[in-house]
Amino acid sequence: MTLYHIMKIKKYVNHAILYSLLILFGITMVFPFLWMLSTSLKDPSQVFTASLQLIPDPIVWKNYAEAWEAIPFGRFYMNSVAVALAVTLGQVLTSSMAAYAFSRLKFPGRDSIFLGYLATMMIPGMVVTIPVFILLKSLGWLDSYKALILPGVFSAYGTFMLRQFFMTLPADLEDAAKIDGCSLWRIYWQIILPLSKPALSTLAMFTFLGNWQSFFWPLVVTSSESMKTLPIGLSYFQDIYTTEWTLLMAGSIIVLVPALLVFILNQKFITQGIALTGLKG
Amino acid sequence: MARVILQNVWKRFGDAEIVKDFSLEVPDKEFCVLVGPSGCGKSTTLRMVAGLEEVTAGDIIIGDRRVNDLPPKDRDIAMVFQNYALYPHMTVYENMAFGLKLKKFSDPEISMRVKEAAEILGIAHLLDRKPKQLSGGQRQRVAVGRAIVRKPKVFLFDEPLSNLDAKLRVQMRAELKKMHERLQSTIIYVTHDQTEAMTMGDRICIMKDGSIQQVDNPLSVYEKPDNRFVGGFIGSPPMNFMEAEVIVRGEECFLNEGMFEIAVRRRYKDNVMPYVNKKLILGIRPEDIHDKLSFTLNLKEGNVMSGMVDVVEPLGSEIFLHVNTGKNEIICRVDAHSKVQPNNIIELVVDTRKIHLFEAETGCSILQ
Ligand SMILES: Nc1ncnc2c1ncn2[C@@H]1O[C@H](COP(=O)(O)OP(=O)(O)OP(=O)(O)O)[C@@H](O)[C@H]1O
Ligand SMILES: [Mg+2]
Repeated sequence: MTLYHIMKIKKYVNHAILYSLLILFGITMVFPFLWMLSTSLKDPSQVFTASLQLIPDPIVWKNYAEAWEAIPFGRFYMNSVAVALAVTLGQVLTSSMAAYAFSRLKFPGRDSIFLGYLATMMIPGMVVTIPVFILLKSLGWLDSYKALILPGVFSAYGTFMLRQFFMTLPADLEDAAKIDGCSLWRIYWQIILPLSKPALSTLAMFTFLGNWQSFFWPLVVTSSESMKTLPIGLSYFQDIYTTEWTLLMAGSIIVLVPALLVFILNQKFITQGIALTGLKG
Repeated sequence: MARVILQNVWKRFGDAEIVKDFSLEVPDKEFCVLVGPSGCGKSTTLRMVAGLEEVTAGDIIIGDRRVNDLPPKDRDIAMVFQNYALYPHMTVYENMAFGLKLKKFSDPEISMRVKEAAEILGIAHLLDRKPKQLSGGQRQRVAVGRAIVRKPKVFLFDEPLSNLDAKLRVQMRAELKKMHERLQSTIIYVTHDQTEAMTMGDRICIMKDGSIQQVDNPLSVYEKPDNRFVGGFIGSPPMNFMEAEVIVRGEECFLNEGMFEIAVRRRYKDNVMPYVNKKLILGIRPEDIHDKLSFTLNLKEGNVMSGMVDVVEPLGSEIFLHVNTGKNEIICRVDAHSKVQPNNIIELVVDTRKIHLFEAETGCSILQ
């Protein structure tokens, strides 16, 4: 055997080990989801069997229909979609505008204001729950879309993240735009934003997902059935005495699908490098 | 078209004085080159003319208007950046049309202007591409095109060729000059490359540490540098500098380098007399030092030196020799077919008509 062959074999062995490890981790990550899917298609009597049966027999499709009927899914769905979209849109807009100011405009006290804004990230959300609740209450906004949406629209984290990204955009582009006759607003809108698509869509995705699965805040500020969102709806399946596992899992799958879609559609943007090749090399 | 005047312009960033008392008048249609070493404030000066940087003190006038307080878009200028600064998300066409759209030109007018500029620059076939699909030279043309379509009064260039390879740079140099002739526009062109400055400029403005050193046409700058810095900066290989003492013997005046003497020509005698027995800086360009064997003309007592050859650099068209005189290392240019070898002793003749003399402390020329 030549050295070449030995090296080749070594390479195969290395790859084999690497891939096995990766596959193992992959399975560990995916398994809970598969189990959820599997449970959602089982007969209630089969949920707690001793054998690890991934493909149920029989496959009980009607779990989905039942889950859909059990709670006002339609209304909750609409609420969730509306709230998550509004928060996402609002947050991307306010964060990017603030980030533009903090990264590109020169005004006195800019950096200290930014630092102060950042400092709010250190305060745990729970701490401000009651003050914000009281604020909303005194505004008379409890149990409304305003209560569900507005507190989520402003984000120090989003501002910080986009500011860091904007700072990597070359200043010459802005100078060129100024000479071309752009106002600050237009530079933001037609130069900065289009060039920041990867960062914007990353932020949008995290905001959407975070909001989609948000349970605590909607629970706190809503009381009427018509204002509830999906995660609260799911909790209906879980009773103090009984939990209808098959329905809960079916419901969870129904709730999961849009989130999964958002993730898959955004994947392209997130992995896409930043094409700043209008500049040299 | 318009002239550009900078009057006693200053720029400070905090405490740092970057541009100091800069006064320059660029007449209409002139191609004026700002040249100087890296960090001397060329870009800052240009950006002040563009309106991208505020002026700390002084006035900037374009045409007949004082533009200090005008935003860039109202100054009727166009700028080409070193890294081109093309908008990556727009096609070549959109890049060139962007400024015109903002100025509310009609679509047919925009299309006509873009096509015309693209034709001039030979990029008509690239209009639908994005910048990342272009080569460096093509991007450079697009950047120039974006400036041309606006038909500005003044073009500002900030080292537009420095990202191109040597061959393309030579080609673009000629093209930009042709463009200038064709458009008859006023151009201020920043570079740190003295060759670019010499070949392109109607006039050259040499800067150092934020101050103007000399403004003149290329030949004058080359032949009559105002100070030691200009003499050393313009020309490649650079001028040789050596300390020399002024001595008088009878009627004649000599410059004594230590190892050799050079007679001062009669017409420079008055300039040199105040420095008798003092040191001056003698400057001689490489091409004004000749191999004695091939130089027969005007061979006079007191302008011959000898030294040992350290390095021989053949360029094909000529040879540069690095010669050690015993006190100084100098560079001289000799015939391409010279048979000189390293470690040879060579006799050299200085063309005394072409010497430069600078004050030792201030570096100012004393021959003006
Ligand atoms: N915004 C700024 N704040 C502080 N200092 C600055 C700023 N812009 C430029 N400078 C300083 O001003 C000096 C001159 O910069 P400038 O860009 O004008 O140099 P330059 O002559 O164009 O050099 P180069 O040939 O390298 O481009 C540099 O020392 C630089 O550090
Ligand atoms: Mg510069």
